[in-house]
Amino acid sequence: MLQDKDRIFTNLYGLQDWRLEAAKKRGAWNGTRDILAMGPDWIIQQIKESGLRGRGGAGFPTGLKWSFMPKQVGERPHYLVVNADESEPGTCKDRDIMRHDPHLLIEGCLVASFAMKAHVCYIYIRGEYVDERERLQAAIDEAYAAGLIGKNACVSGWDFDVYVHHGAGAYICGEETALLESLEGKKGQPRLKPPFPAGAGLYGCPTTVNNVESIAVAPTIIRRGADWFRRFGRENNHGTKIFCISGHVERPCNVEEEMSIPLRKLIETHCGGVRGGWDNLKAVIPGGSSVPLIPKEICDDVLMDFDALRDVKSGLGTAAVIVMDKSTDIVRAISRISYFYKHESCGQCTPCREGTGWMWRVLERMAEGNARTEEIDHLLDVAGQVEGHTICALGDAAAWPVQGLIRHFRHEIEERINRYRADRPHVAVPENLPESVAAE
Amino acid sequence: MSARKPAKNQPASFEWTPENKAWCDEQLKKYPPGRQASCVIPFLWRGQKQEGWVSIPMMEAVARQLDMPYIRVFEVATFYTMFNLSPMGEHHVQVCGTTPCALRGAGDLIEVCRRVIGEPHHPTADGKLSWAEVECLGACVNAPMAQVSTKDADHYYEDLTPALLEEMLEKWRRGEKIAPGTANPKRHTSDPEGGPTTLKDPALYDGSPAAPIGELPNARPSAPAE
Repeated sequence: MLQDKDRIFTNLYGLQDWRLEAAKKRGAWNGTRDILAMGPDWIIQQIKESGLRGRGGAGFPTGLKWSFMPKQVGERPHYLVVNADESEPGTCKDRDIMRHDPHLLIEGCLVASFAMKAHVCYIYIRGEYVDERERLQAAIDEAYAAGLIGKNACVSGWDFDVYVHHGAGAYICGEETALLESLEGKKGQPRLKPPFPAGAGLYGCPTTVNNVESIAVAPTIIRRGADWFRRFGRENNHGTKIFCISGHVERPCNVEEEMSIPLRKLIETHCGGVRGGWDNLKAVIPGGSSVPLIPKEICDDVLMDFDALRDVKSGLGTAAVIVMDKSTDIVRAISRISYFYKHESCGQCTPCREGTGWMWRVLERMAEGNARTEEIDHLLDVAGQVEGHTICALGDAAAWPVQGLIRHFRHEIEERINRYRADRPHVAVPENLPESVAAE
Repeated sequence: MSARKPAKNQPASFEWTPENKAWCDEQLKKYPPGRQASCVIPFLWRGQKQEGWVSIPMMEAVARQLDMPYIRVFEVATFYTMFNLSPMGEHHVQVCGTTPCALRGAGDLIEVCRRVIGEPHHPTADGKLSWAEVECLGACVNAPMAQVSTKDADHYYEDLTPALLEEMLEKWRRGEKIAPGTANPKRHTSDPEGGPTTLKDPALYDGSPAAPIGELPNARPSAPAE
């Protein structure tokens, strides 16, 4: 269990003041100048040694990502872009950082930009977070006024500007290249990679895109030491992490815990347990809507980290834990996720544009039972054809929940189909009949 | 994909208010020269705040202002779902319907909206209310929730119940203001109901974390070779 003294986000719930003075008292902006004085290479080395893996979902090592930026600034300037387009269903951690601990993020922007030799950082925040955007801007204004950012930031000799930019409601803009397109004033449609953003990103310049949480933890990691951060979690899955636990628990909440905490312990310690007791658990989506669900048998002892969840064919994603108890209509719950992907597909790649809607329509029928059992395999086949055949990972993200559902709850879909057809023995091919006949 | 079309009835023209015009000029400074197209989303959003929705004359005006082809602005306005392409009610209620909210009763909130307001995206006859089901708004631990957009604010209302929402809708119809945030008196924001399980150590808040750091950890042994 993580102790309070080892938590990075000490104002996660906004019980304290978010403003600069109070944030400083909690440790933000402490020794920033000394950190910068150590130089970019040292900073990147510290982040590498801390084992920090990106907190936006993919879990790519942050220090390694930073090291991909060109060593020298050429003709084109370098940019840091912070991905605050938090839209993965189940996830609401970056929102708390921006509204309650904005100074940790701003300090992180300075440290990371300095390490990557960027003078400008854009924070791309989702359009819906209007109050959060105003809060973040107010905190940035405070930091400018105090000389922490701007010309000669923190008296380090480094000029640094940070700008808040916002979207207008598109999940796909959480994908890094779609985000860059959107920031350039276009539709949020992902770019083909390569070139990778570190080579040609925003306005064709070297760019690194990082999640809010990855950036906001960086200064604290350096202040307290890479070894301190490495103490938490299993090998290759180090550090602390904000978990968002929603759904059928007694007390849903956000909480910062150590990586590799057992799922059951996480839910029972901080959320008062599953509604109706642990045995009332049906399934959990452990990392935001994109990752496949895991049934109770796996939840009993699974650890919450990248590798443990990958081993059970799911993923840590954004660590957004969506809990479903036995009262859940699991087919409808996944069907609603499929609707989400249908709604949010940008329409650029055909497998995703057509496949997401197709999967949703089939799942809606399966939720009723109005389908044939062969269609389950057909659905699995289509999901497999969407997965891996699109420019970005939205296609994969749409396929995985469906695959997870069939992997673990195929029997439930079959039962539903059987029950539906048992009630209507004369119906041979249900979906071809008019509604009025099928309803009889 | 969500297919969206502009309204049939369009105003004859669009003009920024002097205040918003000045705001626009300020925004342009955030981006490098020649990259003014980056402002298209912020401008359209500001325009929506001014007029209540995004009209075709507004898109044309923004295109001229940013030196972009009109079709590029049109693409952006129709791609991003927060832009209302037709007028909405004074209080536009956007209920999150995605799975985490659905698991905690978003369906019942949607029923309330349908009963009290009517069809989604259609303002009431008095123009006071409208509603829509939207996708995940990122407040999942405070589900179910809704965002309510007016000309001067876009607040989140969290931990809702059907009865509470119905009461709120009546208040909004009468033009009353309601404090945003969680409706659960036992919560502050995203903390667990009844008080946090963490962050209770007083040493976090007594100023000790701000004590000067003599030397940063690892400052000496791992000085990198240049």
